[in-house]
Amino acid sequence: MKLTILNNIKLNERGITMAGLKSLKELAVGSSAIVKNVSADGIKQRRLLDLGLVPGTRVEAVGRSPLGDPIAYSIRGAVIALRKEESTTIMVETVN
Amino acid sequence: MSSSTSLQSLIREARNITGSKQNEIRDSIVNTIYQEAGNIAAETVTNEKNKVDWDRKIDQIITSRIWGFPIMFGVLTLILWLTITGANYPSALLANGLFWIEDQLTNIFISMNAPSWLHGFMILGVYRSLAWVVSVMLPPMAIFFPLFTLLEDLGYLPRIAFNLDRFFKSAGAHGKQALTMSMGFGCNAAGIIACRIIESPRERLIAALTNNFVPCNGRFPTLIALATIFMGGMVVSFSSAVATLSVAGLVVLGIAITLAVSFLLSKTLLKGIPSSFTLELPPYRKPQVGQVIVRSVLDRTIFVLSRAMIIAAPAGGIVWVLANTMIGDTSVLATIAGWLDPFAKQMGLDGFILMAFICGLPANEIVFPILIMSYVSGGAMIELDSMEALRQLLVDQHGWTWLTALCTMLFTLCHWPCGTTLYTMQREQQSWYWTVLAAVIPTAVGIILCIVVNHLVRGLGLV
Amino acid sequence: MGLTYQSTGTSTTREVFNVDTSDKQPVIALAGNPNTGKSTLFNRLTGLRQHTGNWPGKTVLQSQGSYIHEGRKYTMVDLPGTYSLLANSVEEQVARDFICFAKPDATVVVADATCLERNLNLALQVMEITKEVVLCVNLIDEARRKKLNIDIKKLNQRLGIPVVGTAASSGEGISDLLKLVSKVVTGTLKPEPKAVQYNPQVEDVVAKLEPIVKRVVGNELNSRWVSLRLLEGDDTIIHALEKFNGKEQVQILQEALA
Ligand SMILES: Nc1nc2c(ncn2[C@@H]2O[C@H](COP(=O)(O)OP(=O)(O)O)[C@@H](O)[C@H]2O)c(=O)[nH]1
Ligand SMILES: [Mg+2]
Repeated sequence: MKLTILNNIKLNERGITMAGLKSLKELAVGSSAIVKNVSADGIKQRRLLDLGLVPGTRVEAVGRSPLGDPIAYSIRGAVIALRKEESTTIMVETVN
Repeated sequence: MSSSTSLQSLIREARNITGSKQNEIRDSIVNTIYQEAGNIAAETVTNEKNKVDWDRKIDQIITSRIWGFPIMFGVLTLILWLTITGANYPSALLANGLFWIEDQLTNIFISMNAPSWLHGFMILGVYRSLAWVVSVMLPPMAIFFPLFTLLEDLGYLPRIAFNLDRFFKSAGAHGKQALTMSMGFGCNAAGIIACRIIESPRERLIAALTNNFVPCNGRFPTLIALATIFMGGMVVSFSSAVATLSVAGLVVLGIAITLAVSFLLSKTLLKGIPSSFTLELPPYRKPQVGQVIVRSVLDRTIFVLSRAMIIAAPAGGIVWVLANTMIGDTSVLATIAGWLDPFAKQMGLDGFILMAFICGLPANEIVFPILIMSYVSGGAMIELDSMEALRQLLVDQHGWTWLTALCTMLFTLCHWPCGTTLYTMQREQQSWYWTVLAAVIPTAVGIILCIVVNHLVRGLGLV
Repeated sequence: MGLTYQSTGTSTTREVFNVDTSDKQPVIALAGNPNTGKSTLFNRLTGLRQHTGNWPGKTVLQSQGSYIHEGRKYTMVDLPGTYSLLANSVEEQVARDFICFAKPDATVVVADATCLERNLNLALQVMEITKEVVLCVNLIDEARRKKLNIDIKKLNQRLGIPVVGTAASSGEGISDLLKLVSKVVTGTLKPEPKAVQYNPQVEDVVAKLEPIVKRVVGNELNSRWVSLRLLEGDDTIIHALEKFNGKEQVQILQEALA
């Protein structure tokens, strides 16, 4: 569990994505994905869980702010904006 | 009864049971609850037909790369324009009415053979400053507050925060600072209380320390009056449009200063990296227009106005006394103004203006009325019931230029917060250090800004 | 800082929360996600003027007022809006502690009808702590406008608690809500919240811990709920127990909103 999280972060930093797995930040506006894991630490992770970002949740990127960051996501019926600092800690798998 | 030791042992017990699986268990618990909620919702909510998602369509425009910022500026300008043009006529009407009452009151004093100092104190001091505060403040507030509340109920404010967040992040601040600034438009004390929505103490402090760079409702009337007389006066045919744009420009300048000061704070006194930021963009809702108007007029307007009047009444009396107590052949008021004059001149102001700002510490609303009072008391009496009369007083009798007006407007935007705001700061932060800083920072910015602008304009020979 | 816990000398938990119980009147708490109309409902009932508006986070502190229904006085507490009760923020902690320790006679969960799933998440969490819950599906007018149909009766069966659809801003459904609340308070209506069943792994560890929790905590709190919190590593509930039941007496500092 721990190890895969670390792996994801490393891969992510290098901009390489595992098969179908990428960070939420890279999700194109208009497309949807399923949350695989959230690797923020401590309280940050709990806050993201609070918003419903648990593994298995479907999210859709609905729009960027004028300067590109933050990005708004539709999560369980509400639209929530996340900065890239948060969205890079969330690994997702795109769905079609 | 549970003792503290056995409570602590529960934590250990739980750790023993879960071992290393704690995270897994947490994810699983949260997941199950959300799943259950999803299942129940799926069973109980039916969507009659797939309607167009208007919210998303609106957001695509309102937060778009091209339209996001122009729309924000447009909304700001529209609100200011409605406030400025809408307030003009009722303001004049109120002033006429209130000065007519002043004449009647004067007649009563005369018929009762009241001593002239009593008439001076009560009518020329107390009553006149009240009349000014009411006629200058009431109409803009009664227009601005409902408009702003409509915007708030519609759900536009979180979109502003969304659009501007990138700037705040670069400044090391929190995106919700845009929301606390929006509250500051109504009242900076309310803005500082609103800072509670920012979780991280560092970013909350930044937001609180810079809230004063948003002109509150007590300062808007001053800005509007000066913009109408001077900026609008330069281009007569579009006067209210020009006045509107100059106030809007000043608000944008205030936002720029907020970002710059936030940046400096987060690089010096309040070092740190931006904390996490999540912001919900709620669905747009149709505001309850009638209710909004009643609520904002009754609750906000009357509240703010009565607070201003409570402070204006004694302040007006005191200023009259100071203006009519002589040391040698100059009044106390003129003497104090004389002391301030050399420094004020550096800032493009004069001693009376700076003194009015100082007297305005209890409430910004009274700065302009006090200034006018101290200009007229003792001097020739004129009927100040129109903008034209005001222009004559400032320009012909006291030598104002557009530069004086500009510097006064800049200093209105950037100087110490009013007493209520400082008191709120102290209560929220429980620290004199930060409270003093909340006054020092905007004052320093204002002084520097005025001196630079004054010398630059004069150096270039523009006045 | 705005919101702090501070030691004081007062006693009894409700007084600790500054709740007015001078007339022994029932206490009703309003919980819910941000922006669901709690303050609008609160203002309508109590005649007070809490700040309302369409952005999350306006109500940062709990505030209280009272209303009279069928000749009986009730104290109503407007809690800050939260997405959950997992004590991840000060708001969540305030809301959780109030429901756990001030033990309101009824807790009204105000939900946004246009976004029920997200709101039910909180309702389910409240139902784990207390039985005296009424679900108020607010903004029902907005749901209608968006052509969403909400089966109130089914919700009621599925959750095991009374449910009512309302529009706080126009007053629709409010009298039904007040009737349900008064029935729950007097006990003529006994909600039987259906507990969420977790997966076997979780239920297994809960079964191990719950008896121990029960021994220590007694009937002070729902032992299943406390066990769940401890198992997911949330120790704040233990600190809260120490604070509210130990010798140390505390009070939530409330400042009036200007
Ligand atoms: N259409 C509609 N709007 C509502 C209703 N209840 C509240 N509102 C609006 O929703 C927004 C949020 O309400 P508020 O009471 O501040 O929410 P709180 O955060 O839960 O306290 C405000 O703009 C209210 O005017 C309702 O039943 N119908
Ligand atoms: Mg509220």
